[in-house]
Amino acid sequence: MRTDKSRKRFVFLCVAPATILFFLFMILPTLNVFRMSLYERGAYSPNETFVGLKNFQHLLRDAQFIRSMQNMILLVVTVTLITFAFALVFAAILTREKIKGQNFFRIIFYIPNILSVVVISGIFSAIYKPENGMLNSIIGLFRNMSDPILWKGEKLVIPSIIIAMVWQAIGYYMVMYMASMSAVPISLYESANLDGAGRLTQFFQITIPLIWTNIRTTLTFFIISTINMAFLFVKAMTSGGPNGASDVALSYMYSQKDAGLYGYSMAIGVVIFLFSFALSACVNKVTNRDTLEF
Amino acid sequence: MQNTTEKSSRSAEGLYKFFIYFVLILLAVTIIVPVAWVFMASIKQNAEFYGNPWALPAGFYWQNFVNAWNGAKMGEYMLNSVIVTALALALLLVVALPAAYCLSRFHFKGCKVLNTLFMAGLFINVNYIVVPIFLMLRDGDVWLKSHFGSGFLLNNLVVLAVVYAATALPFTIYLLSGYFATLPHDFEEAAYIDGASYFSTMTRIIFPMAKPSIITIILFNFLSFWNEYIISMTLMSSTKAPRTLPVGLLNLMQAQQSAAQYGTMYAGLVLVMLPTLILYICVQRQLTQGMTVGGLKG
Repeated sequence: MRTDKSRKRFVFLCVAPATILFFLFMILPTLNVFRMSLYERGAYSPNETFVGLKNFQHLLRDAQFIRSMQNMILLVVTVTLITFAFALVFAAILTREKIKGQNFFRIIFYIPNILSVVVISGIFSAIYKPENGMLNSIIGLFRNMSDPILWKGEKLVIPSIIIAMVWQAIGYYMVMYMASMSAVPISLYESANLDGAGRLTQFFQITIPLIWTNIRTTLTFFIISTINMAFLFVKAMTSGGPNGASDVALSYMYSQKDAGLYGYSMAIGVVIFLFSFALSACVNKVTNRDTLEF
Repeated sequence: MQNTTEKSSRSAEGLYKFFIYFVLILLAVTIIVPVAWVFMASIKQNAEFYGNPWALPAGFYWQNFVNAWNGAKMGEYMLNSVIVTALALALLLVVALPAAYCLSRFHFKGCKVLNTLFMAGLFINVNYIVVPIFLMLRDGDVWLKSHFGSGFLLNNLVVLAVVYAATALPFTIYLLSGYFATLPHDFEEAAYIDGASYFSTMTRIIFPMAKPSIITIILFNFLSFWNEYIISMTLMSSTKAPRTLPVGLLNLMQAQQSAAQYGTMYAGLVLVMLPTLILYICVQRQLTQGMTVGGLKG
């Protein structure tokens, strides 16, 4: 019998386990990030003392924290711009042009996305190795290599990480935009062709406006995921070194946790949370356009 | 006059085509070559790493894989990874499927709030909250120790699997709800008229229809659980703790900087990426099509 009571019991039994797990391992820790940022906590005892905003005041005077925030912003901005530019252009080429082996390219470009960041960092340390590295041995063909280029040295470490991150992300976004671009009706391009519009005009006037909604959603999520991916790459490739030159905010937060400064580490967490929300809200606002339908 | 412009536009066309192929092939090469290089390096002897990096391996030096599998314990780590990934996937499916079904198709008190909360969960990155999760489990261990003599929350594969499953819930529920919401209500009404219970309607009628979505979430979550290393490293920090494959590989990579066991390290790299590559070759169509359903990743 489908009584109201049995319906209620069914819904409860279905929803409760997921809700409990979600609260225990996501909502509660998130609230704890904010709460613990106001406390100081002993490294080995769970005793906490309330210190108000002291942790945040320390943050403002912490040069390494400011450096890590700068690195994070630099990584997020450059990786996002480069990845999106490449992904959109490649997707447009692969969907619009008659390319032989289109499927082959799609399959190959997606490969980096399925590899663990640890594996990618291993691959890139073989590429960036100063002696006998793949990159330096190619450059060595053109110039004297008596002083090998230190790709993971203090000067070049951030560009090196950017290259690795772009390498990993392009394929995923390219495949996604290929799907939405192939939904754009061909008749639009045909009539544009008759009007004499070139490829570039078609790309900016037809393709981009029509998949704008998709670009917008993915952009917001890409920014959040890049903050996170930057941490994964830095942690595996350099652990923030040399001399903290490649620290990003999350890796700095993690190293403070390792040092036992939990309250301080969580204050950094709060800043990252607020930063990522503010940034996605800004992006959402800036990219807001009237939706076009086709 | 007309003839010449046509000719020049045709040669421009040819140049454009050439340029496109050049760029596409260049990008493909930057992806294939490093991955293939690692495969080649994994069968090189240690002495070969001091010469030209582009030299082909002198022979098949399988000892690297034996060293990685036994000496560096990659075999043991592989088993740990299989256990964690399988457990986490099973738990995730059992918990997320019914929840997504009810959240998208039933109206009940608080269903709006829950839907919003799960949506908000999409914006919470696991690595933002790994420290509080670690501290919560450690405090739990301290409490258990004082009451029962021993704690089991940290350094435990099962707990790691539970954390994986829990943190994958928002994405999985979002994806599944999106699919369930598109189904017409006639399916359930017909089943109810035939006297089916809520539970059997859900498991016998709705879930089989959602098979493509279920395969998609299994694929994506398999990759993210198999490749994950930050949570695993944090929650399994004790030296005797069971390690998962990526964490074991990270340790191996850090160790080889002093020991210079290049061959073993690259064999380890191959062992970590081979399962995902094989899976990808088998299901690449499903994977690249499935992702357009979700349109985002964590």
